[in-house]
Amino acid sequence: MSIDMSQFHQVFFEECFEGLEAMESGLLSLDIGDIDSEVINTIFRAAHSIKGGSGTFGFTVVAEYTHIMETLLDEMRDGRRQVTKPAVDVLLGSVDCLREMLTSIQNEQDVNAASVATHQAALEMELKGTTGESAHAAPVSTHGSAPTTPVAVEAEPEEEDTADEEQGWKIAFCPYLNLLKTGNDPVRLFRELNELGQLTTNVNIQDIPTFAELDPEECNISWELKLVGDITEKAIREIFSWVEDDCALELSPLAKPKKVKKPKPAPTPTPAVEIASAPAHPAEAAPKKAAAPVESDPSKNAPKASSSIRVDTDKIDTLINMVGEVVITQSMLGLIGENFTMDKVGQLKRGLAQLERHTRDLQQSVMNIRMLPISFVFSRFPRLVHDISTQLHKKITLKLVGENTEVDKAVVELINDPLVHLIRNSLDHGIEMPADRVAAGKPEMGTIELKAYHRGGHIVIEIVDDGRGMDKSKLLAKAIEKGLIDESAIMTDKQILELIFMPGFSTAEKLTDISGRGVGMDVVRRNIQSLGGNIDIISELGKGSTIAIHLPLTLAILDGQSVAVGDETYIVPLVSIIESINITEKMLNKVAGKGETFKLRSEYLPIIRMREIFNVKSGEATKSNEGVIVVVEGQGALCGFLVDELLGQQQVVIKSLEANYRRVEGVSGATILGDGSVALILDVPGLVRLSVR
Amino acid sequence: MASVLAVDDSASMRKMVAFTLKTAGYDVEEAEDGVDALAKAQKRTFDCVVTDVNMPNKDGIALIRDLRKLPQYKHVPMLMLTTESGMEKKMEGKQAGATGWMVKPFNPDQLLKTLLKVLG
Repeated sequence: MSIDMSQFHQVFFEECFEGLEAMESGLLSLDIGDIDSEVINTIFRAAHSIKGGSGTFGFTVVAEYTHIMETLLDEMRDGRRQVTKPAVDVLLGSVDCLREMLTSIQNEQDVNAASVATHQAALEMELKGTTGESAHAAPVSTHGSAPTTPVAVEAEPEEEDTADEEQGWKIAFCPYLNLLKTGNDPVRLFRELNELGQLTTNVNIQDIPTFAELDPEECNISWELKLVGDITEKAIREIFSWVEDDCALELSPLAKPKKVKKPKPAPTPTPAVEIASAPAHPAEAAPKKAAAPVESDPSKNAPKASSSIRVDTDKIDTLINMVGEVVITQSMLGLIGENFTMDKVGQLKRGLAQLERHTRDLQQSVMNIRMLPISFVFSRFPRLVHDISTQLHKKITLKLVGENTEVDKAVVELINDPLVHLIRNSLDHGIEMPADRVAAGKPEMGTIELKAYHRGGHIVIEIVDDGRGMDKSKLLAKAIEKGLIDESAIMTDKQILELIFMPGFSTAEKLTDISGRGVGMDVVRRNIQSLGGNIDIISELGKGSTIAIHLPLTLAILDGQSVAVGDETYIVPLVSIIESINITEKMLNKVAGKGETFKLRSEYLPIIRMREIFNVKSGEATKSNEGVIVVVEGQGALCGFLVDELLGQQQVVIKSLEANYRRVEGVSGATILGDGSVALILDVPGLVRLSVR
Repeated sequence: MASVLAVDDSASMRKMVAFTLKTAGYDVEEAEDGVDALAKAQKRTFDCVVTDVNMPNKDGIALIRDLRKLPQYKHVPMLMLTTESGMEKKMEGKQAGATGWMVKPFNPDQLLKTLLKVLG
């Protein structure tokens, strides 16, 4: 039977990448000197699974590579080998290498042989070094798939035996009492033997005890077998390999064989070649490694936007449940409608209320499917911090808090790059060198905390470091030097810190390859804003910085405030609204050349008239001298939207305007209201920008 | 047709084993670790158990040991899927009551042949 193995490849790759992640986080959590054997075991198991799978699915390169890793890990697991930092680093390198190999294979590209050779050499060196336990560490080819036992291999030379007349074997097979208890059956063995040649059996039943003493689960019979045919001893032993410890087995050739002592031609050459070729790599590869430290190309680690999603089965169950409820309610309503009389109005109302509740729940559970724990993103960072802090000779621990906080899948995919950038910044610019930290009276070990939690309809991600903090005077000087701000500008602390988000601003005296990659904080901020979020900084000189990212929980549904402007309805995202105030026209102040302002307590807000911005003509006469100011925050600045009336608050499903029409400034999307009409969703930061112009 | 319980924590291997056996007409159920397998094996009695050795929660050897203690599994053939580096595991498995083993990597045909051996 032929089975198309490629159908399992996708699952296999997914599993491998998961396994590699488990290995990576396991390796990173290993505390040198105090080794948790369970962690080693987990790492070992992952390597073992990848090896088993890659062998089965025909990815021999991967199988060979993981075999070496496995050998190393096995020795660590058994305590035969010390877990050292270099060893962990080599293993981490191997994880990268495997990831690269698997990605290439998955994309049907050629595996980067040079990189593999480098890593493999490092791994083999590690295996050979320190404990000389493993001389057998040369890569073992996993092509051969016939189940062979070492015993059988040793017996091989006798294969050369040839017989005179009747070829065959006499087999004395005396099972121990417990042979049947492992589910083995002598009849099966005989059936197999009979396939090799002509089998005659001779049963010996003299050992069967009396019926009273007989235990039917014990095997009390032995056999004398005669097997005729040109059969190797190896083949016979193989059939008995499962029971070789559960029986006494004697094999003797039927006729006296003529011993043909062949000058053993080949037991050694093949392995010798392999062993000889293996060490050749380390010698040539080691300098290469020193010259070009294994680069971890960030683009390779970048999460690919995958179209499939893994969903907790509980979530699916809830969803199915909800659908069931909706169906029941719907059929109930159908029944009411069948012969409707006015006295059923109460029933109908109840039914509709129920339907509404179920629809809301259903919506909630569907949205939940898109939700993934933020650990999908966070799990990459321990490695990043480990690698970079080693590179920078800094001592840094990373604490992850709230990894199980769930966010929309789209957010998970898009938040990675900004976070990488921010964490690199903290590592590079935030945390000081150990000596400086000690001098400043701080613990030598710096801490970066990565937190995620829900607040309102938002998810907040914070990056907190206890480093040197930002020097506001330095920031100011820099901004002035770069001509980004005027020397006379008076700025609040918050505004000064926000200077780092301006295009073309970089505080590091010289760009390092860790953070200064040409991508500035302005890009980070833009990315986060494109997700509908914003970013804040709090920093205290000498104590550290906190960067907080606020993101909407989902990108598909929005809590909105509907407002009326003439006959039109607009949706203002609820998260941007600070407050709403009823005003009359008189309360507005006109400022020459700068439009209108409104004095809210002690602050003057710029006012944007929605009617003018969107050129709404209808209903002008009735609503000319009173209205509502919706105070919103966008781009860190407050602003007032003048509208005619506040309508209701509701959750709206965001429909892309770009996809259906074109991009409109000041509008982030559209939605369909309950009455079927279309309402535009306001892009608050965009409108604020518009008003500034 | 005979029923088989296929146990492996690796989804790809498990699917491969299950698919191969299903294609050959066996009635296959999957379990993703020893604990899962033990629970499933108690719900119905399978004619054969094929299990990976290295698994979280409960490994294959512990699974076989536990299953053998159940009266309905006293004589049911149980096969371990192991790798060549797990030779010592084979003996451990035998002592736990495994009928035999298959060495990874194997191809679908080898799997079917081996299963045919124990199921007849």
